[in-house]
Amino acid sequence: MSELNTSAQATPVQLNRAAEWQRATEEPEWVRRSLIGIALAFLSAFLILPLLVVLVGAFEQGLGVWYAAVTEPDARSAIRLTLLVVAIVVPINVVFGVTVAWAVAKFEFHGKPFLISLIDMPFAISPVVVGLIFVILFGSQGWLGNWLSAHDLQIIFAVPGIVVVIAFGTMPFIARELIPLMQEQGKQEEEASLTLGASGLKTFWYVTLPNVKWGLIYGIILCNARAMGEFGAVAIVSGRIRGETNTMPLHIEVLYNEYMFTAAFAVSSILTGLALVTIAIKSTVEWLEQRTGVTA
Amino acid sequence: MTTLAPSSFLRSSRSRNVIPGFGITMGFSLLYITFLFLIPVGGLLLFTMTQSWDQFWRAISHPQVVASYRLSFGASLIGATINLVFGLLVSWVLVRYQFPFKRLVDALIDLPFALPTAVAGIALVTLYASTGWVGQYFHVYGIRIAYTQIGVVIALTYIGLPFVVRTVQPVLEDLESELEEASAALGASRLTTIRRVILPALMPALLTGYALAFARALGEYGSVVFISGNLPYLTEITPLLIVAKAEQYDYQGAAAIGTVMLLAAFVMLLVINGLQWWSTRRFSH
Repeated sequence: MSELNTSAQATPVQLNRAAEWQRATEEPEWVRRSLIGIALAFLSAFLILPLLVVLVGAFEQGLGVWYAAVTEPDARSAIRLTLLVVAIVVPINVVFGVTVAWAVAKFEFHGKPFLISLIDMPFAISPVVVGLIFVILFGSQGWLGNWLSAHDLQIIFAVPGIVVVIAFGTMPFIARELIPLMQEQGKQEEEASLTLGASGLKTFWYVTLPNVKWGLIYGIILCNARAMGEFGAVAIVSGRIRGETNTMPLHIEVLYNEYMFTAAFAVSSILTGLALVTIAIKSTVEWLEQRTGVTA
Repeated sequence: MTTLAPSSFLRSSRSRNVIPGFGITMGFSLLYITFLFLIPVGGLLLFTMTQSWDQFWRAISHPQVVASYRLSFGASLIGATINLVFGLLVSWVLVRYQFPFKRLVDALIDLPFALPTAVAGIALVTLYASTGWVGQYFHVYGIRIAYTQIGVVIALTYIGLPFVVRTVQPVLEDLESELEEASAALGASRLTTIRRVILPALMPALLTGYALAFARALGEYGSVVFISGNLPYLTEITPLLIVAKAEQYDYQGAAAIGTVMLLAAFVMLLVINGLQWWSTRRFSH
């Protein structure tokens, strides 16, 4: 008990211990600083530089050139087609996401884990293989080729093919946002609403939907970004007919291969802006969820 | 209530559930998955099976195709490994340290998910070409990045970047500091604590992120085709060969290689599910 010390002043032994404790529980200052430095250098090289290249490439010849590039007829048609595809694909995948999440979250049935991994599967399949699958199904030499040409229907090298491959590629986004959210919330609130006499649809609209609205919004944004940017699958099924079956990413490819770099970056800058808005909304949604985290 | 469900296999087992709509929601979901996913994928596999084994084997073992497997597999592995190391570092820095603009940096991690691959592709090739912002400095030393296999690795690293960070980050946030303090109190140095306490706890998440980044890189097309230059036997990735064959109406050859890629994707999915099963088991003991 020789070290019994009643004064507030720390003895050299205690100071030594504090320093030792700090050494054992956290990294020294110089290590922290260098780790932060390396991480930021890596991220700048891989994330910031590509972003800057697009923006500089798009605007370095002035706003007039940028505007001309995004409003010339082929670019306008690519933007129109992309918006049309998104207007079809996103609502379908919203319906799918909501229905499958309802079935999975509110009911017990055999094979549920299997169904959930089935929903995730389009993520694992290469976009190029997705395109190929539908060419083999609907292409002139594919399974349904003869029947389709006999009925004068064209799916491959036409808008329906583009819609189908993009719907396939973006199928999981909304579902996988909603399923965990709705599972976590259980079904007591819905049961209360139904017991009090509300109809099923009314319950969904006034009870379920407000609870999952942020997840749904985030899912829609993600689905939208992917649908607008899909490239590999569309490259196979579109046939790249200028002014007809070129979506924005395909139009960018065509411009780039024709050495029209400024125009390629100008159209890219629109999609880049969309990507930035997407991550901004994602961060905001996460922030809102954290703030209201306990009630969600 | 369950009349629309196609089989008893998928029927709601709790008959006293007051919540309506199982039949209609399950019915629509299964219909959608069947027509959009199961039948088309089955169509590809059946189409591949219509060719003879010899024909199939010749298509998938052509030297040019084998060279593409080697590149796709090797470059994806290197890209995923780079992401494993830097992903761990980035998530550590984001969770444990404070620095300016941290929220912004955190948000930007998702950029490779959100940016269309074709845009990433032309941005990367412009950056790493011998006249580009980065490429010119390597060009001085005679190192070419664009139109070489290094370029392929760069593109595959780029698109896989968010996976390791986003799987490791939440686990690191939930890690109890008591564990580290206990280790320190028992006399372990900081390095020992990191090696023996923190890293083992992160291992399932690290491996899952690694597998996800690898799987994504295997199938990637858009961000690679611009920077790779697509030189036969040298910088052709497997997805590119599928596109080339499909454009030449060689559906048989494309389907054969596509089937190989599909099987590789299923194997990766099994591996990833296995890793996730392992990690939930580890953490719930």
